[in-house]
Amino acid sequence: MTTPSQAANGTFESQSAPAAALTPTRPFYWSVRRELFEYRSIYLAPLAIGAVVLLGFLVVLARLPKTMQRAMTMEPMAHRHALAQPFDVAASLIMMAAFIVSIFYSLDCLYGERRDRSILFWKSLPVSDLTTVLAKACILLLVLQVLSFAITLVVETVMLLLSSAVVAGSGFSVTEYWSSLELYSTMWGLAYHLVTVHMLWYAPLYCWLLLVSAWSRRMPFLWAVLPPFAVVIFEKIAFHTSYFQSFLIERFSGGNEAVGGGKGNMLDPDMHMTPGPFLLTPGLWLGLLFAAAFLWSAARLRRQRSPL
Amino acid sequence: MPCIEARGLRKAFGTTVALDGVDLRVEEGRILGLIGPNGAGKTTALNAILGLIPYDGQLRVLGRDPWVERERLMCDVSFIADVAVLPRWIRVSEAIDYVAGVHPRFDRSKAEGFLGKTTIKRSSRVRELSKGMVAQLHLALVMAIDARLLILDEPTLGLDILYRKQFYDSLLNDYYDRTRTIIVTTHQVEEIQHVITDLMFIDRGRIVFGCNMEDFESRFAEVTVKPERLADARALKPIYERQLLGRSILLFDRVDRQQLAALGEVHTPSIADLFVAVIASQNGKPQAGQVHSQFAGVTR
Repeated sequence: MTTPSQAANGTFESQSAPAAALTPTRPFYWSVRRELFEYRSIYLAPLAIGAVVLLGFLVVLARLPKTMQRAMTMEPMAHRHALAQPFDVAASLIMMAAFIVSIFYSLDCLYGERRDRSILFWKSLPVSDLTTVLAKACILLLVLQVLSFAITLVVETVMLLLSSAVVAGSGFSVTEYWSSLELYSTMWGLAYHLVTVHMLWYAPLYCWLLLVSAWSRRMPFLWAVLPPFAVVIFEKIAFHTSYFQSFLIERFSGGNEAVGGGKGNMLDPDMHMTPGPFLLTPGLWLGLLFAAAFLWSAARLRRQRSPL
Repeated sequence: MPCIEARGLRKAFGTTVALDGVDLRVEEGRILGLIGPNGAGKTTALNAILGLIPYDGQLRVLGRDPWVERERLMCDVSFIADVAVLPRWIRVSEAIDYVAGVHPRFDRSKAEGFLGKTTIKRSSRVRELSKGMVAQLHLALVMAIDARLLILDEPTLGLDILYRKQFYDSLLNDYYDRTRTIIVTTHQVEEIQHVITDLMFIDRGRIVFGCNMEDFESRFAEVTVKPERLADARALKPIYERQLLGRSILLFDRVDRQQLAALGEVHTPSIADLFVAVIASQNGKPQAGQVHSQFAGVTR
């Protein structure tokens, strides 16, 4: 509270004193926490998929002794594939759940707060628009990826324990089973894929969705999808070319420079990581530049936008 | 240093002028009632003060430019926009945690204390609370912030009489300490008459009247004039005349009370009566030729 003397002299010092008490990390940390309060699907959806995967795996377990027997006669590649497939499916499904959540989340988060007028409450607190937008980007680029990895790790560990028990119980060698799964390398592959593709390569996509969410007055999904679609159509009709289309396709399926060998499957143990060439891809850095510009614009827009 | 100082504050939305050169000065420690008809520019003025919209002209709130320094300013300023802005999905405990997390001047034990006097459960979500309870929750959060300026924009809209009374009671008893400044807008003018220290009318984007409440009580008098003294009363230049149950009620500004007592029954007008008089004079609709437009441009 201001004392009368402070109010009377009204120096700059007395003005900036309370602001100095603000540490920038606390509002950011709590802004991220608040996203998790609001969008519980960020962790509930991948968890639910993880639970479904575990349930499905029970069926796999029942057939596991037979599968083991058949696998013994196969060549190494097929052998590995037969045994590791449920694990690969589990990782892909959880990752897909996290991806779908991030699409819905990024389109809603800056639009929903204007629609339900709660932006007026958020703006009544000493949190800057940039902090808010960065917290939302952090959910997309960091929290969701870490969560999807952690949930996969837990689910696959449970799967491994259950299946090892069945394998041991039916008289096969557990060590052989483990070595043919090569889980250690696939978990590495998953982490690498999440960082290179979902965190770095897809960053401009997520940030574009955040920007549209901050900008649109209604139907953010349409506004996110229609303009790129319109550009593709326009280019086709006007110039009979499809550069923009191939650019979009490359962006969606991209990040291929990050891995070499294998069949392009992120969980294929034959693939090897090539972070060097990936980091030298101009597309990566251009994309990150665009991502930063989108975030900055989203923060500017949020500053000006009033409730819908 | 004044709490708020505005000079020539202007804001237009397209061709609609919401604020048309507002000059405003609010000293610290006052409770200002900002009254105006719908669309007069009240909310626009408050939004400019809160840094929610850009504007033209000069504006300083606690020495800061609100549009440039909103988040800094919000360490010292709290506001309740209306009862419906608390996010419906948030739990009471989450709201407390969040505000405690981001606000350096939030006193959690105070908020818990205020909530302890209500029936609000910590585990409830806002959507499960009644409108009155949401207002109580928001007020508890805001009162636990050691702010220098509190802005209330229609804070009791849609609440029943009990909650409205309680709202202002707790504001005065548990929050206001004569050093904080409060600005309140409302259409329920009668319920803030004994709360505010200063009064300001805004109409069509301009401040059309301002005075403090001591002046209000000494300056203005309303007289239910005896029919036979009506001509005498009109000679004293009332600022407004209205009819009620067949009697003429005349509103006077700066006319000696003893003189008026001879004309009929004298009492202090309500804010609403003065408001009607001022707005009518602004709109140039003299009633029975008795409205004098001496209010135009009158500010404190």
